[in-house]
Amino acid sequence: MAILSLKDVHKSFGITHIIRGVSLDIEQGEKHAIIGPNGAGKSTLYHLISGLYSVTSGTIELKGEEIQNKPPYEISRRGLARSFQVTNIFPRMSVFENVRCALLWSRGFRYSFWHLLGRQGELNDCAMEVLSQIGLLEKASFPAGELAYAQQRALELGITIASGAEVILLDEPVAGMSHSEAENAVQLIRQITEGKTLVMVEHDMNIVFDVADRISVLVYGEVIASDKPAAIRGNQRVQEAYLGEVATHA
Amino acid sequence: MLDVLIFATLNGLVTGLLLFMLASGLTLIFSMMGVLNFAHASFYMLGAYFAYSLSLYFGFWTGLIFAPLIVGVLGALVERYGLRRVHQAGHVAELVFTFGLAFLIEEAVQFFWGRDTKSYQSPDVLNFALFTLFGQEFSAYRGFMIAISVGIFIGLYYVLTRSRVGIIIQAAITHPNTVANLGHNVPLIFMGVFGVGTALAGVAGVIAGPVLTTFPGMATVLGSIVFVIVVIGGLGSLAGAFIASLLIGLLQSFAIASDVGMEDLLDLFGISFPYDHALADLWGLTLPQVAPILPFLLLVLVLIFRPTGLMGKREE
Repeated sequence: MAILSLKDVHKSFGITHIIRGVSLDIEQGEKHAIIGPNGAGKSTLYHLISGLYSVTSGTIELKGEEIQNKPPYEISRRGLARSFQVTNIFPRMSVFENVRCALLWSRGFRYSFWHLLGRQGELNDCAMEVLSQIGLLEKASFPAGELAYAQQRALELGITIASGAEVILLDEPVAGMSHSEAENAVQLIRQITEGKTLVMVEHDMNIVFDVADRISVLVYGEVIASDKPAAIRGNQRVQEAYLGEVATHA
Repeated sequence: MLDVLIFATLNGLVTGLLLFMLASGLTLIFSMMGVLNFAHASFYMLGAYFAYSLSLYFGFWTGLIFAPLIVGVLGALVERYGLRRVHQAGHVAELVFTFGLAFLIEEAVQFFWGRDTKSYQSPDVLNFALFTLFGQEFSAYRGFMIAISVGIFIGLYYVLTRSRVGIIIQAAITHPNTVANLGHNVPLIFMGVFGVGTALAGVAGVIAGPVLTTFPGMATVLGSIVFVIVVIGGLGSLAGAFIASLLIGLLQSFAIASDVGMEDLLDLFGISFPYDHALADLWGLTLPQVAPILPFLLLVLVLIFRPTGLMGKREE
């Protein structure tokens, strides 16, 4: 059974039809990439899955339960985490506090005015473990906003996985990185999403074809193809609608 | 001279801390929701009136505990069933909503409690001089106001920086969507912050009512100054609001306590004007007379020379 399933999802803003009947099944443990030209609706699709936008029609199921139009926190609690296209860390807080904040709900720490964070040994150990995974242990006390760009993206990945989600949506995780930074980031993504379901929007085709088990191509709000990387590479329609365009721009 | 300095400082501290109790709630709400709550000082007024009514039957201390709680719950309800719905229509709609709410609360206060000033009294147990210096008394109630304000701020500081909920509030202030994607119920957190912010205004009303008098115009009097403070401090900055509150409190207190006027200033430069001069009234102005407009003068200066406020950051 698919862990994430979209059935005939539509989204309109007024008279503008952005998502036009997207149906997609993503299996558990799959590494799935969504590609497509700018303005295809990839980020909108993420916003719909993560609850930031409500769907106009259609259903989205996570682990067999409908999640469309549920608030983001409920979807997160059901096991889905996402990153954003623009780096979304908490810049005024330390790197350690960023991860600690991400761990709170998933590790069962509920809202409390009187439980002081310094005394939550288990929580703090978990935060250090995540920092070690993303290679930011030495920067634990650094203000997050002062980290280098690639480190901020790594921290964002740490925040995303710290929520303990089984399904992880990453939105252009290596955008703006140098070649070597992107390579390290991909290695990190592979490592921290091992055994989890990964859905990734990415423009770097080398990374997409390297990481993904399956690729869906979104053009003008419609999935025009969804298949294994080799099949997508050889798909004439995809070549015409997107890959050809990427090659031209490359 | 020393007596004026000490008492003006103490009184400035009382006013400044009181103002910060209002400004801190307003700043927190603005940081989270991006909306300036024009009705914030109205919750301060409600705090004073609820406490006055409770004190008539159960005494001052019951009012001190329950009036802020009632105000906080009212504030939370306003956020849940008013602001949250209006939020979808944008910031202008939110501003208009809070503006209307301020009028509504003022009318409601006049309807239920009347237009006259209420004789809301400080408790008998605090009706003594805490100390006497240079023949002047500093009342125990003013000392109590300082103590309760400082106590609340230490508590607020610890909750915001050290507690589980505090770290989530800090994160939600800048990135509510990310926080929601980590499983946190951001609307509930917003409602809580709005409730706590208005409850703080309620506490300010409860303790200020007996000193600054409890009347239907009290929200308007203090409300404008609180807005001056959040702008001078830098919109969204708690530290800025704290500095600006103390600055305004001390500025007003020293201006009132001082005994100088335009005449003294002109004398300094050897200028004098006859008493029948057309602008004689202007030359006769004293600093205590212009004390109420000083915060607004400071606001204009800050906006000219540092438009982001003392601790505010320019929006990228």
